[in-house]
This record gives sequence, C-alpha cells and structure tokens, in this order.
Amino acid sequence: MTSTAPPLRAKARIGDVVFSRTALFAGGMILVTLAAVAIFLIVQSVPAFFATGETASILPSNFWAYVWPLVFGTIWAAFLALLIALPISIGIALFISHYAPRKLAQTLGYIVDLLAAVPSVVFGLWGIGVLAPAVQPIYSWMVDNLGWIPFFAGPVSGTGRTILTAAVVLAVMILPIITAMCREVFLQTPVLHEEAALALGATRWEMIRMAVLPFGRSGIVSAAMLGLGRALGETMAVAMVLSATGLVSLKLLTSENPSTIAANIALSFPEAYGDNVNVLIGTGLILFIVTFLVNAVARWVVNRRAEFSGAN
Amino acid sequence: MKTSVSIKAAAIGGIALLALTSCAANEGGTAETTDAASSLSGSLVGVGASSMGAAQEAWIAGFQTANPDTTVNYDPAGSGAGRETFQQGGSNFAGSDRAFKVDEITAGPFEACAADSGIIELPIYVSPIAVIFNLDGVDSIDLDAATIAKIFRGEITNWNDPAIAEQNQGLELPDLTINPVHRSDESGTTENFVEYLSAAAGDVWTDEVSGDWPTALGGEAAQGTSGVVDTVTNGVGTIGYADASRAEGLGTVAVKVGEEYVPYSPEAAAAVVDASPMASETEERGAGDLAIVLDRATDASGVYPIVLVSYAIACETYADPAGVDLVKGYLNYIASEEGQAVAQESAGNAPISDTLREKVVAAIDLIS
Amino acid sequence: MSTIDVRPAPAGSTLAGNRLPRYAVWVVLAASLGLGLALFALLAAAAESEFNLVGALVVGAILYLVASTGLTAAVEGQRQAKDRFVTGLVTSAFVIAMVPLFSVAITVIGNGLARFDLEFFTSSMRNVTGEGGGALHAMIGTLLITLAATIISVPLGLFTSIYLVEYGKGRFAKMITFLVDVMTGIPSIVAGLFAYALFALIFGPGVRMGIIGAIALSVLMIPVVVRSSEEMLRLVPNELREASYALGVPKWLTIAKVVLPTAIAGITTGIMLSISRVIGETAPLLITAEFTASMNYNLFQDRMQSLPVYVYTQFANQGNPAFAFLERAWAAALVLILIVMLLNLLARLIARYFSPKTGR
Repeated sequence: MTSTAPPLRAKARIGDVVFSRTALFAGGMILVTLAAVAIFLIVQSVPAFFATGETASILPSNFWAYVWPLVFGTIWAAFLALLIALPISIGIALFISHYAPRKLAQTLGYIVDLLAAVPSVVFGLWGIGVLAPAVQPIYSWMVDNLGWIPFFAGPVSGTGRTILTAAVVLAVMILPIITAMCREVFLQTPVLHEEAALALGATRWEMIRMAVLPFGRSGIVSAAMLGLGRALGETMAVAMVLSATGLVSLKLLTSENPSTIAANIALSFPEAYGDNVNVLIGTGLILFIVTFLVNAVARWVVNRRAEFSGAN
Repeated sequence: MKTSVSIKAAAIGGIALLALTSCAANEGGTAETTDAASSLSGSLVGVGASSMGAAQEAWIAGFQTANPDTTVNYDPAGSGAGRETFQQGGSNFAGSDRAFKVDEITAGPFEACAADSGIIELPIYVSPIAVIFNLDGVDSIDLDAATIAKIFRGEITNWNDPAIAEQNQGLELPDLTINPVHRSDESGTTENFVEYLSAAAGDVWTDEVSGDWPTALGGEAAQGTSGVVDTVTNGVGTIGYADASRAEGLGTVAVKVGEEYVPYSPEAAAAVVDASPMASETEERGAGDLAIVLDRATDASGVYPIVLVSYAIACETYADPAGVDLVKGYLNYIASEEGQAVAQESAGNAPISDTLREKVVAAIDLIS
Repeated sequence: MSTIDVRPAPAGSTLAGNRLPRYAVWVVLAASLGLGLALFALLAAAAESEFNLVGALVVGAILYLVASTGLTAAVEGQRQAKDRFVTGLVTSAFVIAMVPLFSVAITVIGNGLARFDLEFFTSSMRNVTGEGGGALHAMIGTLLITLAATIISVPLGLFTSIYLVEYGKGRFAKMITFLVDVMTGIPSIVAGLFAYALFALIFGPGVRMGIIGAIALSVLMIPVVVRSSEEMLRLVPNELREASYALGVPKWLTIAKVVLPTAIAGITTGIMLSISRVIGETAPLLITAEFTASMNYNLFQDRMQSLPVYVYTQFANQGNPAFAFLERAWAAALVLILIVMLLNLLARLIARYFSPKTGR
C-alpha cells in the first residue's frame, strides 16, 4: 500500500501571522488588564490590613472597624436603590414593549435612555440642590406621623440629605440600565406564545403574566443584578448628596448615615497621604471584589439563557 | 464609506484647529511691565486648609499677575492633609489652621527640608469663625459659650428654649427643631471652634480638642467649608460654624465676652490675636517659628474670641535649592500690605498688624 | 350521578358584551385629577399654605386607580379590572421616570444659561477669584484626556473584537468574552485607584498627571468598544467573507478590506457611545489628574482640569461670592450634558444612515 501524499499546506503569509498574533495579543491584554487591576490593588492594600490607628490617621482602631460601616452603607444604599428602581423599571419596560403605541415605542425608549446620558456629577448637583430640599418636608411629615416604624424614626434631617434621598438618586441612575435590558428581554418573547394567550381570551395583563414574565424571569434577574452592580460602584452622586457620619444605622430619614465605599474614597483620597492612601485602596479592593462577584453572577445567569437573550 | 472617512477627517481637523487656537483669553497677556519681581518663574504647590482657600486664590491671582511666568497651585484639601503632605515632601509649603506641636516637630520627618533644618511657621491669615444659622427673618442672635456648647451637643433642641430666649428678650423665636451642622472631614476650623468651646465652657464641652468632630454627638455632617455653608443655607433651623468669609446672607451669632455680646468683625478678631502671646515664650521653638497661643477665655472688651489663625509653613532650609526664590517671593507677597488687602477684599479676613508683619518678614528672610 | 354545578354567569361577562365605552377611562382620569386638584386647592385655602401641585397630582392618580378599577370591576368583571389596574400602574411607572428627567433638564438648562457666555468658553480660572473666569482649561483637559483614552482603547478593543469574531474559537475566547462582560461592571473609582497605584509604583506617591486619568478611562472604555464592535462584526454576512476567500484574498486582507469597511459605521457608533460614557466620569479623574486653575496642554506633567471635575470643584470649593461659583458649576454641567447628548445623537445618526442594510 502506498501511503497517501502528505496534505498540501498553505503558505503561512506574513500578513496573516502578524494580524492574528496582534488580535490574540489584544485579547490577552484584556486578561492582563483585569489581572493587573486585581494585583495592583492587592499589593497596595496589604499594608492597610495591618495598619492601626497610630500608623494611619484615618483609622479609628483597625482596618476592619473602618471598613465595616462602609460596606454596610454601600450594600444598604444599593439595596434600597434596587428596591425603588426594579418595579418601576419593569413597569416602564412593559409599557414600552406592550402598552405604548408601536410608532412611539422607539422614541420612548430613547427618552428613557437619555437618563443614562446624564453624568453622575450632574445628578449630584440636582440631588443636593433640588431633590433634597423638595423631600425634606415629606420626611418631616413621615417622622411625625410614621415615626413608630423603626426605619422612619427621628430626629429628622433638616436638609433632606439622608440615605433615602441618596438611594432615590441612585435609583434614577440605574433605572435606564435595568429598563433597557428588561425591554430587550420582553421583546424577545416568542410572539406565538403571546398570541396564543390572547386567542384564548386572556386580557393583556393575563397574557403578560402567562407568557412574557415567566419567559423573561432570568433576564429580569440579571438586569437587576447589573443595576445593583452599577449602584454599588456609584461615587459622585452619593458623595455630594449624603450627610455621612460613619454610623451603622437602619434609619432612613436622619442625618446620621453610613457612607459608601466609593463616596468615601472620592471624598478622602485627595487629602490622603501615607498609609491612609493604602487604607483607601484597601476599601477599593473590597468594592472591586463585591462588584466583580455581582457582575459575574449576573452574566452567568444571562449566558445560561444565551440562546434567547440577545441583550448584552 | 468615503463619506464617513471625510466626515471623520473634517471632525479631526476641526478639533485640532480648536486645540491649537484655544489659548485662554485671560492667560495670554505678557503686557505687564518688566521689573525685578517678574524674573521669577516655575511652579509652586501648596496644600492645606480650606478656610483660607478664598484668600489663597486672591494671593495666587495677585502674585501670578505680577509674575506671569509662575504658576502657583493651592489645593484646599484640609489642614491635616496639608501638614501630612508637607511632611512627606509632596508640597513646597503648607497651609494649616494650627501650628505644628513641638513634639511633632522633633519627631519629623520633613522630607522637603534639609536634615537639621527647622521649619518656618507664619501666621498670615486671621479670620473670625462665624457661628451661622438659618432662621427666617432673624439676622443675629446673642448666645454665650455654654449655650452654644449645649446646642452643638444636642442638649438644647429647640429654638425657643428658655436658655436662648432669656438672652434674646424681644426676639420672636420659632418653635423649630435645631439642626446642628458640623464638618465631616478633619478640619482646623473644627479644631479652633472646639478649642474655644473647651476654653470658655469647659464644664459643658468635655470632649477632647481635635480636628475631628466627636462622633458620639449627633447632627448633620458636611464636607468642607462650602458643605457646611450649603447645608445651613438649604436646611431648616440649621446652625453651624464656618469661616466668616463665607457667612454672607446667613444669620450670625454674637458671642458673649465678659458682659457684652460681640458680633464678628475683622477688627474684633485682630484684637484677640494682638493680645495673645507667642508660643516661643513658653516652648522651645525655632527662630522662624511664629506660632501663637490664642487666649480664648479672654473677657477684654470688643474682642471676638472665636478666631482662626492660619499659618503658612515652609522649610528654613530646603533640601532642593531650586524654587526657594519662588517660595520666598510668594510668602513675601502674602505678608505684604498689598497682599493682605487683596485677600481681605475676597476673603474678609483681618489684615495682620504691622508689628506682626515685621516679625513675619524677618522669618521669611531666614529661608534658604 | 353527581349534579353538575352550573356556575351563574359572572356579572358583566365579556361574552355577554358588558363593556365600558372607550371614553370612560379618560373621563374617570379627568375627574380624579380634577378632584385631587380641587381637594388640595381647598386645603391650601383653608390652611393658608402653598398649593401643593405634586401632592394634588399624586392624590389624583391614586383616585384614578381606585375609581377605574372599581368601575371596571362593577361593569366588566374582575379580570378586566385587574387588567385596567395594571395598565394604570405601568403608565404611572413611565410618568414617574419622566419626572426626574424633566426636573434635571429644567434645572440644568435654567441654572446653566446664566454663564453660557463667550467669557466662559474663552478663559480659564487662572487669576480669577470671584466672578468671571471660564472653563476653557477644563474643556481642553477633557478633550486631551478623552483623546488619549480613545487612542489607547480603540486599537485594543477593536483587535480584541476581531479576535473574538474571526479567530477565537474555544475556551480562551469564551473566557475573554466573560471577562469583558465583567469588566463593564468595574466601578469607575476602582479604575482610577488602579491607574494611580500603577503610576505610584513607578513615580512614587503624590504623582498627578493627565495620562493617569486617561489610562483609568481606557479601562472603562475598552469593554464597551469590544462589545459593540463585536456585535457589528458579527452582523457582516458570512457570504462577503467567503466570496473574498474564494477570490484568493488572505484572511488578514479580508478582515482589513472587506469586513471592517462594511462594519465601520457601527464600529464608529460604538466608539462614540463609549466616549460619551467616559466623558462624564468624575471620580477616576478626581483622584488621578486632580484639578488646577490654569491651562495645561501637557498630559505627562502636572495636574489637569477636566469638565466633570470642574463642575465638582466649583461646587465643593466655593469662595466669595458663592453664587458665581455655583453659576459656573451649572454652566459647565450644561456644557457637559450637551456634549454627551451630541455624541449620542451623532452616533445614532451614523448608525441609521451609514450602516449596511441587512433587512433587520
């Protein structure tokens, strides 16, 4: 038996090699960048974990006593923001995808996206200049009449710069993200399912409840988590609006509120020196880990339904 | 595709054109007459108290106009940051609301200075700290130190409390909750205010004196002088303390000294500084160290005791000789009559007296 | 034999035709809003306080929800009532979202126009201590820093997306995709801290340069560029590629001369959207390039001012007179919003008019 001739191999052209290597290099750089972010943050934070009140003037006693109120404040503010934003976002997404006249739908979607274009500094200015004074009388009323609920206990803040106001500003900022993603998911619902429900005599709400919402459930979850990730990392709006005294408290309407990690870094970094810088970078590392986890889980949930979800 | 390429090219061209021709209208001028002073050039970085932020801006403007080749940057990041940055060598001079303590000086380090060099501390900004409040229709309230201390500790909670009312007969005080506002960042303004409360009402104010507001006391926190002023302005029934240069438009407190109530004014503040002794009379301090020990419990007449003396801190001998001339030139400008007048226009501080100026200029001469 | 229960026909059964007339909803809406306004007007007159428009509208909306649901339940049936209730809720959600949008727009435009003059656009803050001055140094700074960030991120992002679409198959590509997605979630302040830490290692603490800010921004831009370019490249029909291969064109020339030009409009759109995303980022620039009052054309030396940081510092470090600083802050905020909106609009226009018609 004669062996078959060796297969012909194409000449490897220089251009191809260079190009493909460049592309591979670029892809690898993504990996390197993320790894670099993690490594540099860890390296700069290590001195902070061992610092005490003596070595770093910003610490009360040790790093964990300093970070704990910040972590609490970050998660609490983001959770409140999500609580406010999620129902409204789902409502808006449903409105645009199923209730609004077809011709208007794209324009309405664009209008909601305009909220995403506003920089966070402007939201901070608006929050402290317009929103806080506007809601202060509402807070006064709430403390006077609903003060028996632990969340609404007094003494009420005189300026409205409370964690609830900050959460409202955060909610306005994450609204467009959650809405855009939910809208995409709701539009992906198989039309046959919807029409079958309607053909059986369902009202519009029943059709949505039976066909759209169950289908889009994982999309809604991942949209919520993306919004949560964004709210966790939001800096300037919280820095400008919140009256932060570093206390761990669940009261929503007082002027003693925990600060968030990101806002604390923005406010303290320009005047920080020596070990204080390492402490702040340490808090930044914790924030990075938390948002990384939240985003990773959100993306994993989306990818599981990747064949249906065109939203990215 | 050609269209989009040409659009891109046009856009890039437009941007380049804009960048090249955009010299700021206020920066181009070199029409100033040349004299000895404008031979100075280079850039200077100072970090320090936000209370003298407005004054520093005025000084920088005046100095840069007279010396167009120089750039001075003042970062109003707070006294604590200013002292630390200066110690770490990150700035050429520092602005601080309190002088370095003797043990801080001996401990060091001062990276910007040569080894064995002392430091120069010049009191160049004297400003009253106003106790500001926001009540409709009320411009001034008389209070003594104990009452002020109780208000900020949260022990007096309503504006029509008898302790306030009896000092203000004839004033209609509303039934409104008092909202005290303090600084959230470490601040020399806080430190000077708390020092006054501790000296004049020591039995009420029992916390230690420091630049951080005691966390156990409630009240609203605001970032920086601007933050406090904004919060008091936008709030309801708020009261706070801030540098008097920012107190326009808000009600202020006339403080009880001896038997009379003294409102703030630059003259009354300057009176307290001239009456206070130098620290070098009781402590070991270098020749150029002009720290002052303020007598806050005074009961002399016409004196406003809640005052803030800010220092410009520099090295006696710099490790890096480049830029020494610039530092001396700038400090001399600050201390001069012209400089102090320029600052008073924008910052409302009290110009330093001539006797103090002589000492300051002598200290600046020691810099090398 | 068990008896079969015959359910009585529900009141207002749809099959029987009990329907509210179409105008009924609007009548109920008008009535409830009117009632709410009247109620609050009476309250204002009685208590001699200000007329609370927001309260009136909120109460009117609640009245509408209750009235329309009740009316529908009585006439049409429970299911229709629920449907009408949800319609009301969903519409209110949309209206609620419009409130902050309009409030922000009105506030920024109203407050920003005060200083929207020539001086604002032609001077910096050097030697300015009270009124006057401008934001030219901030605009130039934003331009330079964003340009530098674009120069860093666009080649990297574009080539990564080329890798993902044209070359990558298998686990490495999947991992890169996943990491890019996760990278979109990095908080901007963490990107700033990373860039600072990187340079502090080389230059020592206290280093402040424009280029550090540019690197922080590029960390935020790259994932957006990768994602949008990838989508655009995937849209290019495979037939084009295969026709090119059939003619003997090497792969790299195919990508460079066939695929990229076809997708160029979409890629440009993606780049402009990523620019508009980072141009408003304050936090990373606040801690890296910091701020100054003078012009600085050099990215590699000294602090550099940028528009969002200018807005923040004018607000946070006010001097005398305070209103001048606030006015400048609002004017700069207006300029910033206009730039972002303009970029967004341009991006959408380019996408609409220049993208290949794929019959989507």
